[in-house]
Amino acid sequence: MEPQLKTNQTTTQKGSSLKSFLQVNMRQYSMIIALVFIMVLFQILTDGLLLKPLNITNLILQNSYILVLAVGMLLVIVTGHIDLSVGSIAAFVGAISAIMMVNYDFSPIVAIIISLVLGAVIGAWQGFWIAYVRIPAFIVTLAGMLLFRGLTMIVLEGKSIAPFPESFQKISSGFIPDISSGGSVHLLTILIGVALSIILIISQWKSRSTQLKHQFDVQPFGLFLSKVIGLVLILNIFTFVLATYEGIPNILIILAVLIVIYTFVTNKTKAGRHIYAIGGNEKAALLSGIKTKKMTFMVFVNMGVLSALSGLLFAARLNAATPKAGNLFELDAIAACFIGGASAYGGIGTIPGAIIGGLVMGVMNNGMSLLGLGIDWQQGIKGLVLLAAVAFDIYNKNKAN
Amino acid sequence: MTNIILEMRGITKEFPGVKALENVNLKVKKGEIHALCGENGAGKSTLMKVLSGVYPYGTYTGDILFNNEVCNFKDIKQSEELGIVIIHQELALVPELSIAENLFLGNELTNKGVINWNETINRAKGLLQKVGLSESPNTKVNDIGVGKQQLVEIAKALSKDVKLLILDEPTASLNEDDSENLLNLLLEFKKQGMSAIIISHKLNEIEKVADSITILRDGQTIETLDVKGDQVTEDRIIKGMVGRDLTNRYPERTPQIGEVVLEVKNWNVCHPQQLEKKVIDDVNLHLRKGEIVGIAGLMGAGRTELAMSLFGRVYGKNITGQIIKDGKEIFLKDVTTAINHGLAYVSEDRKGNGLILMEDIKQNITLATLDKISKGSVLDKNKEMLVAEEYRQKFRIKTPSIFQKAGNLSGGNQQKIVLSKWVFSEPDILILDEPTRGIDVGSKYEIYTIINGLVKEGKSILMISSELPELLGMCDRIYVMNEGCITGEVSKEEANQEKLMTLMTKSKVRG
Repeated sequence: MEPQLKTNQTTTQKGSSLKSFLQVNMRQYSMIIALVFIMVLFQILTDGLLLKPLNITNLILQNSYILVLAVGMLLVIVTGHIDLSVGSIAAFVGAISAIMMVNYDFSPIVAIIISLVLGAVIGAWQGFWIAYVRIPAFIVTLAGMLLFRGLTMIVLEGKSIAPFPESFQKISSGFIPDISSGGSVHLLTILIGVALSIILIISQWKSRSTQLKHQFDVQPFGLFLSKVIGLVLILNIFTFVLATYEGIPNILIILAVLIVIYTFVTNKTKAGRHIYAIGGNEKAALLSGIKTKKMTFMVFVNMGVLSALSGLLFAARLNAATPKAGNLFELDAIAACFIGGASAYGGIGTIPGAIIGGLVMGVMNNGMSLLGLGIDWQQGIKGLVLLAAVAFDIYNKNKAN
Repeated sequence: MTNIILEMRGITKEFPGVKALENVNLKVKKGEIHALCGENGAGKSTLMKVLSGVYPYGTYTGDILFNNEVCNFKDIKQSEELGIVIIHQELALVPELSIAENLFLGNELTNKGVINWNETINRAKGLLQKVGLSESPNTKVNDIGVGKQQLVEIAKALSKDVKLLILDEPTASLNEDDSENLLNLLLEFKKQGMSAIIISHKLNEIEKVADSITILRDGQTIETLDVKGDQVTEDRIIKGMVGRDLTNRYPERTPQIGEVVLEVKNWNVCHPQQLEKKVIDDVNLHLRKGEIVGIAGLMGAGRTELAMSLFGRVYGKNITGQIIKDGKEIFLKDVTTAINHGLAYVSEDRKGNGLILMEDIKQNITLATLDKISKGSVLDKNKEMLVAEEYRQKFRIKTPSIFQKAGNLSGGNQQKIVLSKWVFSEPDILILDEPTRGIDVGSKYEIYTIINGLVKEGKSILMISSELPELLGMCDRIYVMNEGCITGEVSKEEANQEKLMTLMTKSKVRG
């Protein structure tokens, strides 16, 4: 049997030229290309304002709470559901955290923990109706959207609560400290960039060599090399740009950790595989021994926690809890997932895709604001981009079939 | 040549990278039933899609002559206007609509845009009568069995003034009775002058109804046989399809049967919605090591329900009874427990319940046993690929790679993936529900070989099948079910079709 394996593999390897490889992975790269295109476009239109260090930092700060939601929303969409309530939950948790910290002088740490637990409880409440009673998620979360918006207004009595303790504000507006002081460039930021580059190179190299050891199909070496060099370049330019302003924002660390964890969970764990299986074919998943109800329930608990986190980040950035907080967040998060290639029917979608989708929306928001376009035009254009992205995706899929 | 209703000449159809049809010729005489045979992937369905306009004119080369006129169909509507109606393998009925609504779907009988219900119902009644259905036209399609749904499809075709009826695997999901019924209906229509093309894997049926047979292999026409003139036998057809003699349709096996591994005692299951209805009624059965035990029965006899209630109580409510494995009573509260106790269930509906079509082969194979390819809860994807590659070769899954999506493979290969998935879970007992449904002869033989290999390793198999020859050819012992009860148990030596049929239709005996 062994030699046969080898011959099979070499024939497939010969067949996979660079062109066919790109064709297969076209979907994966098309959204990155779209993002780069949009960035270049706005970079030109705004006379270079878009990629200024200050604006890049702003971009991260402005979009962090949407990206946090997009991560959770992706899991929800992959299981074949939807969550319309995340904006309202974010507002509600933000309001409760404000009451705890501002009105009752809770320490931020305690308030944050209680807030996240509250998010989990709300998620469990919705997950129960969806997973065990089997009410469509659209209806349960539509009810949640109204319910938690209402509760937000009740607990805030229609007013804003502010200001938060300074240490809490720092989560969303602070930057990591530097190791040396006085320089015009943030040294630690540069060093983090270098360290991550080394980790990236080693891990990519390792995974390639184990695949080669097993004689699996791998990317052509030239492509592999240019991909790694490209990634390292982008990473270091990015950290350098941040370093010339104030360094890495705290919130970027939180975001990066979340992205790494959730990418790992969806890609490399049993739980992740179960989520995709449920979205792909729930009956087959059930008959394969997957606890479909429990898993669906957990996905909504997770969404609740991330909604709570998003609400905290938003409240910290605004330095206030307001009754209108989180309005339409759900739609931005959902749009981010779909632009990033998730399927509305479930079973398909990736975390990096959703992040890229979120960045496409974020760059457009930011770029159009820089150009001085009104919110009216922004909404309209974003709508068309969402439609175009999904249409392009479906067109590609049909072509592949 | 006026007696030729359809001629397809030199049809070639290419998909990116694959030549699905190459210079295929087909001639159908007026008033005959013409069978199209070939293994899965031989190009039968593609040819019929070319004929009916699913693949429009210009996407293939070659000529279609219908009643001696060249036809260039742009879509299905145009072919239907000429009276070419195709009934696909997957039924295209809307389950929540009534029979009458389904019959005229897309061709509603209207009066200035408003549906004329009286005429709809009346005409529906007439059409149903023609196909021998006594159901009210107002019955929801959901509420009638698959066999009757198939007849509704045919009635729908009749409503379109059909001249040439194409049936793609019409009996694949029907039991013997319903199949018989449908075939007789076809013969009846033939008498009335209708022509038909039938695609089927059930060669005994083809032998029964067909006047001539065209055999396709690898996208090419191999031969056209005249059933009456050429003394066509099943073996003759198989030879044409696979290109060699298949001397035995069931591989040889010397049974090595050990002691009892599984015993089911007084098993009762109620319908999940209608709790007062008993679906499984006091079933007792046992299974020995290395044994293949068949379960025969008509559609609705409760075979699948029995299997699914045993397999972690996936089906049914108020389940009572004992399951004893290796002498110890076990309680299988869910699928995971069942898998852990060494049970596996291969569903009859591989697309609906077996596979995740949008995922690739390797992910499907490992889905039920992710533990074996992971450390803690982290997957080892390299190991997964090795496992998938091993099964691809062991079970000869025909695919360019294990990264292929399950949905892109043929029925036989899909079934091999489902089997791989469950064999990988290392069960002691496999329940196979219709393991060869809708699969061509060559793949069937391969599946049988796999099954024999499994029992040789000491596993035990419970095999549900609606094809009696398959049960007779494969099993050491056969239980027969009807109306949720076991009506008999027959050993390999005493079993024959008549005996099984008698037991399958035997009504409840209460003592």
